Amino acid sequence: MMNFAVDIRGLRVVRGGQTVLPDLSAQVPSGSVTGLLGPSGCGKTTLLRAVVGVQKIAGGEVRVLGMAAGSAVLRDRIGYMTQAPSVYSDLSVMENLRYFAAVLGAPRADPERVVDAVGLVGKEDARVDRLSGGQRARVSLAAALLGAPRVLVLDEPTVGLDPVLRAELWELFHRLARAEDPVTLLVSSHVMDEASRCTRLLLMREGRVLASDTPRALLEQTGADDIEGAFLALVGASA
Amino acid sequence: MSLRRTAATARRVLEQLRRDPRTIALMLVVPCLLICLLKWVFDASPHVFQSIGAALLGIFPFIVMFLVTSVGMLRERTTGTLERLLTMPLGKGDLLAGYAVAFGTVALVQAALASALTIGLLGLKVSGPVWAVFLVAVLDALLGMALGLFSSAFARTEFQAVQFLPAFVLPQLLLCGLFTSRDQMQTVLRWISDVMPLSYAVDAMDEISSSTSVTGGLIADMAIIAGAGVLALALGAATLRRRTD
Repeated sequence: MMNFAVDIRGLRVVRGGQTVLPDLSAQVPSGSVTGLLGPSGCGKTTLLRAVVGVQKIAGGEVRVLGMAAGSAVLRDRIGYMTQAPSVYSDLSVMENLRYFAAVLGAPRADPERVVDAVGLVGKEDARVDRLSGGQRARVSLAAALLGAPRVLVLDEPTVGLDPVLRAELWELFHRLARAEDPVTLLVSSHVMDEASRCTRLLLMREGRVLASDTPRALLEQTGADDIEGAFLALVGASA
Repeated sequence: MSLRRTAATARRVLEQLRRDPRTIALMLVVPCLLICLLKWVFDASPHVFQSIGAALLGIFPFIVMFLVTSVGMLRERTTGTLERLLTMPLGKGDLLAGYAVAFGTVALVQAALASALTIGLLGLKVSGPVWAVFLVAVLDALLGMALGLFSSAFARTEFQAVQFLPAFVLPQLLLCGLFTSRDQMQTVLRWISDVMPLSYAVDAMDEISSSTSVTGGLIADMAIIAGAGVLALALGAATLRRRTD
């Protein structure tokens, strides 16, 4: 019996009269780096918001670390990075991180630790609105890493970043997942070639899960050369 | 609620303000300039300034705080920082109290400058204690803040948020007794002015300028302003939803 950090059963989300997620079930094993992959607009962000507990849901159940998503006890155990950088653009990198650290009750040295982790050393005193888009996204990621989250929910954290930095961030995600007290990561991306960096994949299309498995198993099952091919094969099979 | 989180929030809001010296200048200098202008406009009939000067000391903090809070809170909503904060162990009370402490501090400075100018330099005569002027000004500022927070829930853009100033504030300004005494208004208008909190701000300032002691009427006015502030804050807190569409 696998231990699931995130357990979603029969999730239904309706937004503005449109059914975004009709009936979604999925599990994220503890300590995995699970990639949530699918084209833009397929409901990835809505699913992540439901996991964090900020999305109104019309039915079903989302449990995180065994508790209902959105429970007060989960608030310092989940780190959430939204797609648009949700940091104060008129404050410096450090001012942002110090504030969020204080809200979380994280140790004093935590802001320096996360600045280092996302490769923003030297930019501590720069105002966020003077940074590039990629740097801003990293400030937002740094804020999600503060404290000691057990589950990290990251919405397109590597989009638009230079390849070297992207490799470094994936390295960081795996380090967190391999730690003595492992962190579970749920990372969305619409770039299929990031699939190979994940230990598990959730492939999504039009509000439904196409497949949930390891990258290797998906390739074997579909006989495709890469995940993009596997995705196409799965869409063909379900049509 | 937690003291640490409230203090951190207040500090963060003040840091943001400090990064925006133009807004600070607008908040502190504009009321003073307008009071000077008013004094000058009524140069030929000094009794007008005497009768409305104190009321203005209560109205300016209200308007300024309404504006900065509605735009500030709207920014929190639209940039996603509010959503991030609400996924963290931050109570709504921590956030609101943090804003109240930060903007309340600015309101205190603003009230100090404006009353020093009005009472000291421009010679407005106030019979009651000056601390009462201060207290009413700060209560008005907090009321403006609470209403601004509430109104921000109905705006989608900063453009709309600013337009709420005429919608929420101008009717109160017209009916608060500044332009004409409230008991001379048509009955219906009088009723409306009775339920608008700014009316009590003007009443309170009138009490202070005409009476040497702290009257029961003044205490009642202050209680109503504070009560309206708490009510607006509760309504505003209800608009801070952890779960949204």
